[in-house]
Amino acid sequence: MDQFYGIFLYIISLLTMGGIYAILALGLNIQWGFTGLFNAGIAGFFAIGAYVSAILTTAPSLRHLGGYELPYVVSFAAAMVVSGIIAWAVGKVCLKLRADYLAIATIGIAEIFRLILKNETWATNGPRGVSMIPKPFETLPEPWNHLCFLGLILAVIVVIYLLLETARNSPWGRVMTAIRENEKSAMAAGKDIEKFRMEAFVAGCMLMALAGAFIAHYLKFIGPNATDPLTSTFLVWVMLVVGGSANNRGAILGAFLMWTIWSASEILTSRLPDELAIRTAYIRIFLIGLALQIFLQRFPKGIFPEVRPKPERRQSVSDGVTDNATSR
Amino acid sequence: MSNSELQTVLELDQIIGGYGDTQILHGVSMRVDPGEIVVIIGPNGAGKSTAMKAVFGLLNLSGGKVRLNGEDITNMPPDQVVHHGVCYVPQTSNIFPSLTVEENLEMGAFVRTDDFRPRLQELYDIFPPLAEKRRQAAGTLSGGQRQMVAMAKAMMLEPQILLLDEPTAGLSPKYRGEIFAIVKTVNATGTPILMVEQNAKQALKIANRGYVLVDGKNKFEGSGHDLLEDAEVAEMFLGGGAPP
Amino acid sequence: MMEFINFYLIPGLVLGSIYALGAIGITLTFSILRFANFAHGETMLLGVYITYSLVQFSGVHPLIALPFGALLTVIVVLGIDRAFYKPFRNSPTIMVVIASFGMMLMVRSMVQFIWGVQLKGMTQGIQRPMIFFDSLRISPKHITIIGAAIVLMLAVHYLLSRTKIGKAMRAMSDSPELAKLTGIDTEKVVRMTWIVGGALATAAGVFLAIDTHIDTNMGFKMLLPMFAAAILGGIGRPFGAVAGGLVIGIVEEISSYPWIGVEPLLNPGYKAGVAFAIMIGMLLWRPSGLFKGKVF
Ligand SMILES: Nc1ncnc2c1ncn2[C@@H]1O[C@H](COP(=O)(O)OP(=O)(O)OP(=O)(O)O)[C@@H](O)[C@H]1O
Ligand SMILES: [Mg+2]
Repeated sequence: MDQFYGIFLYIISLLTMGGIYAILALGLNIQWGFTGLFNAGIAGFFAIGAYVSAILTTAPSLRHLGGYELPYVVSFAAAMVVSGIIAWAVGKVCLKLRADYLAIATIGIAEIFRLILKNETWATNGPRGVSMIPKPFETLPEPWNHLCFLGLILAVIVVIYLLLETARNSPWGRVMTAIRENEKSAMAAGKDIEKFRMEAFVAGCMLMALAGAFIAHYLKFIGPNATDPLTSTFLVWVMLVVGGSANNRGAILGAFLMWTIWSASEILTSRLPDELAIRTAYIRIFLIGLALQIFLQRFPKGIFPEVRPKPERRQSVSDGVTDNATSR
Repeated sequence: MSNSELQTVLELDQIIGGYGDTQILHGVSMRVDPGEIVVIIGPNGAGKSTAMKAVFGLLNLSGGKVRLNGEDITNMPPDQVVHHGVCYVPQTSNIFPSLTVEENLEMGAFVRTDDFRPRLQELYDIFPPLAEKRRQAAGTLSGGQRQMVAMAKAMMLEPQILLLDEPTAGLSPKYRGEIFAIVKTVNATGTPILMVEQNAKQALKIANRGYVLVDGKNKFEGSGHDLLEDAEVAEMFLGGGAPP
Repeated sequence: MMEFINFYLIPGLVLGSIYALGAIGITLTFSILRFANFAHGETMLLGVYITYSLVQFSGVHPLIALPFGALLTVIVVLGIDRAFYKPFRNSPTIMVVIASFGMMLMVRSMVQFIWGVQLKGMTQGIQRPMIFFDSLRISPKHITIIGAAIVLMLAVHYLLSRTKIGKAMRAMSDSPELAKLTGIDTEKVVRMTWIVGGALATAAGVFLAIDTHIDTNMGFKMLLPMFAAAILGGIGRPFGAVAGGLVIGIVEEISSYPWIGVEPLLNPGYKAGVAFAIMIGMLLWRPSGLFKGKVF
């Protein structure tokens, strides 16, 4: 009986983490899937959200900035706003240029943010991170606290999904597709491409911060190395590419699927003898990387291929061999 | 003029194709016989450049054949086409601007394994301004001189046929005359030339034959002289009225 | 004054030479293959570990093992190009950027798997600095690094300006399309680009390892400075990359000199941010870099 209860709790945690990653993947989907923007610093925006919300909600502590004890609604909103402002600044510099530059700059901003977290000890407690972060529903009895938290995340995903689907089918979404596929003709149609790109980039980064806020409260702790910045950025990319970029359901499915594989494989390898367990951890990362490469080459459309929002009067890709959808 | 015992050098046979899914050429045919200068004229966007790119395997052809000396070279990748002795001067970005003039010509000889020095000297004789500026970055030259670099670069291989896409576009009348003179000189050495031109009158004067392309289809064809005389062609492309 | 030269300027010059060598590879791949290669730092990492193993195995000086380490690294890099980048040659270049992003993790995790994550040293023992003019102190390893870097840069210059394949590399960086139309064997040019980039990255990594130590994060740490150097110098300008590398190396070091008062001007913890700041400034002010490179 105990064992079943353990499995039950494990599945809940799997779904919760998968759900948080789904929010990240949806954020990346706005940027990459719909608009063709390469964000290589997901972990940075994620961390921004986590720290902002953590600092705003924790009880006073001598170790770090805090003691505001604000309600979650405020802290979550603040997390998203701060991340959005930073994204706007990065976008101002890079969105004019080709995607490569944005990728470099986002990797950079994530790294800078990590430096700040490590060095500004007065605010962040440095490498030791912020702990004792409150968690929604934590006062409820044992399985219900976890279940309610999971319910909250799933509800948020549903809301985001519906919003994104509406946006995708709106004129805004169609302009996005046009920009991604043929910048010149979109420009000729008098669209301010940079503005649309900026909207997508900022919106995506705000979702990433939201996911960050969730993880801080879920784990009740956040530190600069809580997750290796690259591995987590990378996982989100794999999730989106495997699930199917430019498809919101693909992003969600990819997140749950890859998180399950990632987490289950960790359980398997952790049973190995210590020395071997540490080494096989690297093999897991390697294999995830390989999975990405295989999908890119063999199944570039992912599990759920893109579904066009309403037919437009433009020639669609009919041969389907090369995916022109990714010209930026 | 064309010599019927000799084989046609280059032939486009009912070419259909375009970029991606957009079809631009709807059955274009033309040929170049040994020793000829053939000119393609037509309005902007008619598909003149596209027809040239078709020879070079830069297009998705959905129909038709390209033949070189009778051999089928349809959809052959560009570097192979060069190996077969077809050289091409595109309409735009036809030089390597950061390389010196001499380096540009050297690149033109990339596929050669023998000593290209003698050929280099020959070309410097045909294009004297280039000899002077051989050490200068090609991007710093004037428009006319760049065009010379582009042509000289394409001729490093002693090609079997030379394709020129609007070699005189945007040039002053002085340079225009010079380029046409060079085209004639090169042709006199036995190299057939297929050339797209906007300066139709001047071009048709030196041409053996010409094609008029409109909306991706052959509209007229004939000897340079006939096209110059043709009232309809004259009205459309030669600035109105019959030629003097 | 001498303190400034000995402890800030010279280390800056050493670090700058290392960045410069790495940035040449970045700028060449960016301009010739037209994509930002995120795995370049990890190429360097791989080169360092391979050379380290050769040194352990044979006991020779790292500089002697370096050419062999570079050779093996280049072979791996050519294999990676073949298997993971070449399939995207005719696709939008962003696909290769993603592939290289994935490669970054694959290479690093492989290195971590094979060699473990403990710190290692390339050379043993402490070297006594040599003293010139009474007060100029330079350690022999710094002289070696700067000297070897200069030799390598001259070699690159010779390759690009005197050899046929080098000129073809420059031609392809001007215009890949025209290079094809000219009959240039573009695949050969691509291979040469990987060879040069891979070998220089290995050299840069080994120099860094000689100067400091070896750890599995060194490749990633080098990535931003190398990109910043390439952008500062102008994409497609190898000598711009060298200048960019030197500037960034020197600025990183002297940024923690106590210019005002006795405190370091910039908290050394933020040293790694200097490259980023310079890069952003450059993208804002002049994306084509100091030497008029390409902007995509
Ligand atoms: N790379 C391309 N991709 C998509 N369409 C193209 C491309 N190049 C040209 N086109 C289109 O193909 C058509 C024919 O173009 P082409 O360049 O062959 O015309 P042209 O006859 O050479 O005109 P011009 O006198 O202006 O050089 C035009 O409608 C043009 O917009
Ligand atoms: Mg044209």
